[in-house]
Amino acid sequence: MSTIRFLVNGTPAEVDVPGMRRLLDVLREDLGLTGTKEGCGEGECGACSVLLDGQVVDSCLVPMCQVDGRIVRTVEGLALAARERGALDTLQEAFLELGAAQCGICTPGMLMAARAYLDAGGGADHGAIREGIAGNLCRCTGYQKIVEAIAAVAAGDRP
Amino acid sequence: MTTRTLPRPATTPERSAADALVLAPGGTTRGRARGYPLRREGPAKLTGAAKYADDLVFPGAWYGATIRSTEPRARLLAIELDPDLDWSKVVVVTAADIPGENLVAAIKEDQPVLVPVGGEIRHHAEPVALIAAPDRETIRRLRAGVRLVTEALPPVFDPEASDHVFAEYEVINGDLEAGFAAAAHVVEGEYRVGHQEQLYIENQAMIAVPSEDGGMAVHGSLQCPYYVHKAMKKSLGLTSDQARVVQAETGGGFGGKEEYPSIIALHAALLARKAGRPVRMIYERHEDIAATTKRHPAVIRHRTAVAADGTLLAQDIELVMDGGAYCTLTPVVLSRGALHSGGPYRCPNVRIRARATRTNTPPNGAFRGFGAPQVEFAVETHLNRIAERLGLSPAEIRRRNAYELGDTTPTGQVLRESVAAQEVLRLAVEAGDFERLRAATARGAAERRGSGEVPAGPFRSGGSRTASGIGLALGWHGAGFTGSGEVHIGSVASVELTAEGRVRVLIGSTEMGQGTSTIFPLMVSGELGLPADAVEMAPVDTALVPDSGPTVASRTAMVVGGLCIGAARRLRAAVEARHDGRPFAEVYLADAASHGPTRIDQAFEPYPDIVFDDATYRGDAYPAFGWAACVASVDVDLDTGEVAVRDVVAVDDVGRVIHPILCEGQVEGGTLQAVGYATIEEIKLENGRYLNDRLATYLIPTALDAPSMTTILVEAPFSGAPHGAKGVGELPMDVGAPAVVAAIHDAIGAWVTELPATPERILAAMAGGTRAPRTGDAAA
Repeated sequence: MSTIRFLVNGTPAEVDVPGMRRLLDVLREDLGLTGTKEGCGEGECGACSVLLDGQVVDSCLVPMCQVDGRIVRTVEGLALAARERGALDTLQEAFLELGAAQCGICTPGMLMAARAYLDAGGGADHGAIREGIAGNLCRCTGYQKIVEAIAAVAAGDRP
Repeated sequence: MTTRTLPRPATTPERSAADALVLAPGGTTRGRARGYPLRREGPAKLTGAAKYADDLVFPGAWYGATIRSTEPRARLLAIELDPDLDWSKVVVVTAADIPGENLVAAIKEDQPVLVPVGGEIRHHAEPVALIAAPDRETIRRLRAGVRLVTEALPPVFDPEASDHVFAEYEVINGDLEAGFAAAAHVVEGEYRVGHQEQLYIENQAMIAVPSEDGGMAVHGSLQCPYYVHKAMKKSLGLTSDQARVVQAETGGGFGGKEEYPSIIALHAALLARKAGRPVRMIYERHEDIAATTKRHPAVIRHRTAVAADGTLLAQDIELVMDGGAYCTLTPVVLSRGALHSGGPYRCPNVRIRARATRTNTPPNGAFRGFGAPQVEFAVETHLNRIAERLGLSPAEIRRRNAYELGDTTPTGQVLRESVAAQEVLRLAVEAGDFERLRAATARGAAERRGSGEVPAGPFRSGGSRTASGIGLALGWHGAGFTGSGEVHIGSVASVELTAEGRVRVLIGSTEMGQGTSTIFPLMVSGELGLPADAVEMAPVDTALVPDSGPTVASRTAMVVGGLCIGAARRLRAAVEARHDGRPFAEVYLADAASHGPTRIDQAFEPYPDIVFDDATYRGDAYPAFGWAACVASVDVDLDTGEVAVRDVVAVDDVGRVIHPILCEGQVEGGTLQAVGYATIEEIKLENGRYLNDRLATYLIPTALDAPSMTTILVEAPFSGAPHGAKGVGELPMDVGAPAVVAAIHDAIGAWVTELPATPERILAAMAGGTRAPRTGDAAA
């Protein structure tokens, strides 16, 4: 067992876990942050994507020993600032209004990949957006409306 | 003209700002989806608050797991527990623990819940025993200690060699011999399609919770709550009240959660019953792919008589589907396959012979399209080969043969209304700029031939590495259940004005991403003159909602939507009658306060003048048809055989568009599943086992593999439904694959006749072979 301290969605967290316990399990089972989903458990689908120091990672492939002292951001933290005003953030709003979420199981991971893409200065070019979310599988949408939603945010075409 | 190409609101005469979904006071959202209400459960899904099965917490719950066969066929002689291990802290369930019938309720009752000792294992990964423990580590440690003693039996893998027939149909119309006698050309072809995995991103998941009175509730990921309910009653020996099924948020289904959830629910419930506590049964991806249903593989043979001008004179079609080890829904899948196998084309003389047989592979079952994508790939590719033989454009041969009003189908069904085949074809050809782009790809091919470089052989260097192609497909999809299915099911849907003044829709139809929870409030509120937000959806819980039939067959908007509109009209009339005819919206709150609750249960009544004879396969096979056309553009790498699908134009006639964004979402998602079916999605088998049972090896399209898509929605309403809707879910799945394969042919000049069109098959086709080595041949 190791004591691991890290920041999750701006809040300090401390867990005593085996160093090889998956970040995904700590988020979902130990911290109750079930917004992050498991789709395959082997880094192929991206449903468990979170931001680790701002980089998008598959939390099913990240052992807790690599999380000590780092900053984790999950879907629950995406709208923290906005939620104090009782709303979604611009990316979530764009997904909602443009129809980018259907069954929703890939959506949290997709949002985190999109957030990382936008935070890295990604623009509205559809090809670049598709590269940015290529690690996140969606079976419902055909990606068309996801790409359009991210492009709308990148272009500043949001409130 | 019944066809419109500009969707308009379904039932909402005027939209007020009030039906915007307000997230919270002061929320900054614009609050509309192109003028329509936002996805009802969207905010919960976007914030991570939505609770899928694996997100639900039941204190004290154990984890369950399944012990599965590792042979395709064997006699089960004994189940042994390793005596060196401590079994006192776990529960193990075998067939002997089943209180009711050891049969999964379905069409034919041939599938056991668990293979009994002395019984026959019929496929790899078949459930034999179950184990539950307080933690996953204990299960991991102990499950290897459950040993199956078996005696191998010879398996059957070739559906054409199997002598066990699940279902067989013959459809005959006209005089086949006369048709062939009059032919200017006779074209024959054989087409093959493999398995396809639904690949919902949320794996199968079910949690069973026993109650003190001997009842059992299951909470899980599912499409059809009353299928699971029926299965629980039968195998657990429960009454209707003792069995309870609650749908959790469901992360995609596509047919994969139509029949399979009954099995996983029974497994979880058997463990929970024995453990006396809740048990969580959450599949990992590997298990989900290895054990659950797939789209049926099929072999389709066409022999077609054509006049000199391309008019179809006779179609002789043979269809063989591989049902896998148990019947599941195979007879219905085969039926839809047979009825769609001629394509949306007028042909006076037709014979369709269809059969589905048993093999020792995991059972195949429901998957979006339900038998139609297989046969429509075949007939569309075959028609393109006929057009090539005659020197006709693929668009022109379709114009000459596509159904028009008044035409008769092979079952003798006269198409009396709602026929938009020519309309979707015209729109797709125009929007896809088909003829101009096809001329351009032909020039490109001529230039490459002129260079002497292409397509001499698959491994080529120099010059252009890629060839572009464009392809077209036309399709049809019978709306709702086949034949008399809807009459047999007898669905009920309810709309209620509660004593508290809320309007509530009660249906057993599930939201699984397609938009049920959004379109029903829209349809009902439109009838009541209320904003959509004023209408609630009751949770899908068999303790609350009636059986409105399964959420399948693209029937929810069409059939259950029609019932809810009927219920809403009756509710409106009843309330307004109590208030001197004043509008419902003005009086319903007062009515609820003074009169109390009013609930309207609307039961399905047969559509007028729609008659089908299940015995002879004559009559109206479907109350109406949806029509779709697809134009696909591809680039083929001439050295590697890799295909990039660049652009797709999808034109779909859905009868009535209820919510344009959600409807487009269905078309786009279905189209990409069809693109995956056409190009990369393939199950490889070895001795009846799926070899690529992981997401690292079973590939589905990523955002980079997905084409840019343009969707055009057409409305040719069906008069039998009050709103005219014919459904949308499956229609786009039927036409994507043949359009892509036609585009590949346009690029490389050779036909790929087996799906998926893998690089290996494309290179083989370019080299002049008709077929690449089949899966498993290399190992043999």
